[in-house]
Amino acid sequence: MTIKKTSLNNLHIKYGAKLVEFAGYQMPIQYKDGIIQEHKYTRSHSGIFDVSHMGQLFISGGDDLTNDLEKIFPADLKKLKTNQSKYSFLMNNKGGIQDDLIITKTSDGFLIILNAACKYNDYEVIKSKLNNQYKLNLDESLSLIALQGPEAKNVLNKVITGCDSLKFMNGNNYVYKNEKVYITRSGYTGEDGFEISIKHSDAETFVESLIENGSKLIGLGARDTLRMEAGLCLYGNDLDNDTSPIEANLKWAIPKSRIETEFVGSEVLKNQFQSGVKKLRVGIKPDSKVIARGNTKIYNDKNQEIGKVTSGTFGPSVEHPIAMGYVDNSYSTVNTKIFLEVRGKKIPANICNLPFYKKNYVKGEINV
Amino acid sequence: MSEVKYSKEHEWIKLDGEEATIGITKHATEMLGDIVFAELPEKGSNVDKDGTAGVVESTKAASDVYTPVSGEVIDTNQMIVDDPSKINEDPEESAWFFKLKIKDKSEIDSLMSKEEYEKFAKETSA
Repeated sequence: MTIKKTSLNNLHIKYGAKLVEFAGYQMPIQYKDGIIQEHKYTRSHSGIFDVSHMGQLFISGGDDLTNDLEKIFPADLKKLKTNQSKYSFLMNNKGGIQDDLIITKTSDGFLIILNAACKYNDYEVIKSKLNNQYKLNLDESLSLIALQGPEAKNVLNKVITGCDSLKFMNGNNYVYKNEKVYITRSGYTGEDGFEISIKHSDAETFVESLIENGSKLIGLGARDTLRMEAGLCLYGNDLDNDTSPIEANLKWAIPKSRIETEFVGSEVLKNQFQSGVKKLRVGIKPDSKVIARGNTKIYNDKNQEIGKVTSGTFGPSVEHPIAMGYVDNSYSTVNTKIFLEVRGKKIPANICNLPFYKKNYVKGEINV
Repeated sequence: MSEVKYSKEHEWIKLDGEEATIGITKHATEMLGDIVFAELPEKGSNVDKDGTAGVVESTKAASDVYTPVSGEVIDTNQMIVDDPSKINEDPEESAWFFKLKIKDKSEIDSLMSKEEYEKFAKETSA
C-alpha cells in the first residue's frame, strides 16, 4: 500500500516536520519546536493542525434520511438545526464503538467527520445500513484544517471574515479566494477553535496566511497531549469495538429522548442505562512523576487487577503525568487510591476528574 | 584529558581512571524529543554491561538507558530527575546520568570513538 500525502505535505517539510505514517498517511508528528512548545503555543496563542486524513462523509437526503440515520446513530438528529453539530457514535450490535464522530446537519443532508483509520469501513457500514438509498460521498477532494487556541478566532477572522460569530458546535459556509469553504467551531484540544473544510488546491495558501497572522503548525504529538489534557478520547486507544459509550463515560452524548428508541446497539445501551456498567473510563493522576502509558495494568490496594490504562502521557500545561483508563466500576469514584504497574513497580495514583485542563470553549452548549 | 567512548545504544561514557561518567548522546535526545521523565539506578547497586540502568521518557514514549560497561553505581545526577528537560539542554555535560566504579576495563574496548559513533548515528538514522 502506498502511503498517501495530504495537500499540506510540502508545507510540513518546509516547516521542518518529522513525518510518520499514520492511518495510511504521511503525517507530521512534530515540527522544529517540539511537542511541548507546540502544545503550549496552542494553549497560549493558536495552532494549525492538518487533519486532512480524517474522513468527510457527505450524505444527501431529506426527512427520510434523518429518520434512517437515527436508526444508526444515537443522536437527536431530528432536532438538529441546519449547521448544528453533534458528537455521536457508530456502534455495533453489542453497543461497542466502531467509531466516534461529529455529525453536522447541512442544507441538503448531513456531513459526518470520521476518524482516519475508520473512515473506509465506516463508509461501507453506513452505506449498507442505509440500504444504498442515498448518495454518499466520502469526499477526498477536500482538506481539513483545524485552528485551535485562544487566538484562533482573531487569526481566522483576518483571513476569512465573519467566522468569529459562529457558536460552538455550529458551522457555516464562507468564501475563501472565491471558493466555498465550510467552517465549524469545534476541535479536539480543549481550546476554542475551528475546523475548516477547504479544497486541496487552496489549503497551502490558506495555511500560509494563518501562519502570517501569528499561528503555527502543530504536529500529531501535541494534538495527542492536548486532547489528553482535555480528557478527550482517542479512537483505538480509549474507545474500541468492545467498549460502549456508557462505559466510556460519554453518556452525555446520548440524549434522553433517544434511550427508548431503536438504533444500532440500543438494546445493550438501554440495559446499561438501567443496570449500570462493570467498567468505567476514569481520569488517573499518578502521585509521582512516573508516566503510565496505554496498557499499563491497574491494581487496588489488595494487589488485585482492576483495570487498564488506555492513554497516558506527561501533560505539558498541567506539568504532571496524566492518564485515563478503565477500572472496575466500584473503583471509579474520584480520589480512590489505585496502583499502576510500571516497569514491575506499583506506582500509587488517584482516580480524578476529567478534564485535567479546564476548557475554554466559547458559548459551550455541552458540559462534559 | 579524559577519554570519551560511545555505545550503539547511544550512551556516552567518560573515563577517569577506575571511574566512569555515563549519559545519553545529543543524537539520542534529538531522536527522543522533549524528555519529561528520568529514572536512575540506585546508588550502591551493580549494573551489568548492556543491561538496563535507567529510563527516559519523552511525551511520546519510554526508552531504557543501558550501561555500556559493568560496575558499581557510585553517584547519580539528581538534577535530571528534578528537571528532565536539562537532558535536552546539555546531554553530554551537566546532564550526565550516573557514575560507575568500573568492574572490567576491557569492556571499554568494544565501544566506539567519537568519529565512529557519529558515522554510526548518521547511518542508523538515515
